[in-house]
Amino acid sequence: MTHLLHLIVEPGFFANAPVRSALLAGGIVAVVSGIVGSFAVLRGQSYAGHALGDISVAGGSASFLAGVSPLWGFAGVGVLAAGVMDMIGVQRPRGRDLATGIVRGAGLGLGALFLYFATTHTSTTGATITILFGSLFTISSSLIPVIVLFSLPALGIVLVLYRPLLLSSAAAELAAARGTSVRLVGVLCLIAIALTVSLSALTIGAILSTALLIGPAATGLRLTSRPGLAMAWAALIGLAATWLGVLLAYDSFYWGSARHGWPVSFFVVTLILVFYLLSPRPVRRVPD
Amino acid sequence: MTGQPAAADLAEVLRVADLNVRLGGRQILRDVSFSMREGEFTGLIGANGAGKTTLLKVILGLQPPTSGTVRVAGQTRARRAGLVGYVPQKIALDPDMPMRARDLVGLGLDGQRLGLPLPSARRRRLVDEMLAAVGAERFADARVGNLSGGEQQRVLIAHALISRPRLLLLDEPLANLDIASEQDVVSLLGKVTSEQGVAVLISAHDMNPLLPFMDRIVYLAGGRAATGTTDEVVRTDVLSDLYGQHVDVIRVHDRILVVAGRGGGTRVPAPSTDGPAGPCEDEPHPDPHLAESTWP
Repeated sequence: MTHLLHLIVEPGFFANAPVRSALLAGGIVAVVSGIVGSFAVLRGQSYAGHALGDISVAGGSASFLAGVSPLWGFAGVGVLAAGVMDMIGVQRPRGRDLATGIVRGAGLGLGALFLYFATTHTSTTGATITILFGSLFTISSSLIPVIVLFSLPALGIVLVLYRPLLLSSAAAELAAARGTSVRLVGVLCLIAIALTVSLSALTIGAILSTALLIGPAATGLRLTSRPGLAMAWAALIGLAATWLGVLLAYDSFYWGSARHGWPVSFFVVTLILVFYLLSPRPVRRVPD
Repeated sequence: MTGQPAAADLAEVLRVADLNVRLGGRQILRDVSFSMREGEFTGLIGANGAGKTTLLKVILGLQPPTSGTVRVAGQTRARRAGLVGYVPQKIALDPDMPMRARDLVGLGLDGQRLGLPLPSARRRRLVDEMLAAVGAERFADARVGNLSGGEQQRVLIAHALISRPRLLLLDEPLANLDIASEQDVVSLLGKVTSEQGVAVLISAHDMNPLLPFMDRIVYLAGGRAATGTTDEVVRTDVLSDLYGQHVDVIRVHDRILVVAGRGGGTRVPAPSTDGPAGPCEDEPHPDPHLAESTWP
């Protein structure tokens, strides 16, 4: 029995402090990403979410230079970018990709500059890898309260605005007719997405953060026709991918003889893709 | 229709007075005035670009007028009070959206509220009753984006009616519907008007599907409106005056055709007015669809 278990879980998995922190931090971020990401997908803002991830590289690398947790930089720059996107016109269908593209370009340019400083001035390439591809195993338990601090407003915004967001995502005209400020709801949702992306940038990396935001949400939307249930599925799928990813990354240390673990982020994003591909296509009702 | 109680007995639901709307230097609506009483079915008729959608948005409170007033049941800021239900034009519901017909109808009850919706027996019963009232039980649990155009109209009407508004506005609900669905939706609206006592204002470029149910008509052309019963408004003299050029009103088999012409029933292409102020500047053919498809 123990042998069978060891085939799946290598010894010391649950006793390992970095693993416990990774499971906890990754789990929180996966649940927030699944729920907030569902709105990003429903509102057709997947590209905006992706761009916010790219832009947050600038914040993450700036934080590294300043010697604070990258989460502050990820979130600060992300929220700022969300505001600029709204000013340029992310709420208009035609303006959306334009606004996103412009802000993303500027953000990535800053990111390139800060990463250059980070690598030349501190003579380490670790920062670049950590910021771009995440470092779930390096998250210390002291960072978990900060993760919770950022999760609460992100989750709070979409749960408080659940109905106006849902209605304005389905048909903005219907929400506007009920007196809802579609634009205000849109900006707040974009800020929630920015906060969420900054969290997933921390866990699976700025470049890969979209995968956690969009993948589980897109899978959840295929599984059910109920909006609330779709979000619950998204949270569950994100959680499963993250935890399984942590487990496989831990196990991978024992694969082969090199004794080098593979990156967690690789497993997480691969599992998200596998879940999406395994999910059934929603049944299209034939009009009669 | 006849057989209604005397108009004075019924409460006034909508009063539009001396409404003017200028957008981007263009006069969209010019001195439009009319009123509606409860249970009344009014057709807002006009060609594309006549200002129908603008008028509905002003009534809804989404477009401020340049001058003039709109009062819904005596209230000035109607949309806050939840007195007006609205079915917008050409709404594209995404088939990938996880939202059942019953979810969208439920959002008609409380879609502007904050916080998560708590499941309640009362909410579910109201939604079920509304779905039944519009004949949508059969597809209540299907994704709205997967429904046919006629089915989606029923769901949108239920969404607009479930909060029991005094006034229901529908923007071109018959556009893009096949003839059978068109008749279904119109008779459904006729039914709810009388059952719920709600006043219905429905815009259309073709008045014919509405004729059996229409109590009154607001006919828009060149930004101006002629109002009254169909017999009072849809006449050669009234509409020629409204369009600022001669039009013929022709009745065939209970259908009404409005055709541009110069007396005698001979169709002559309307003169194009290049001047800035002509009331029919964007109306070269009053009813091009009818004129071209039915009139030789």
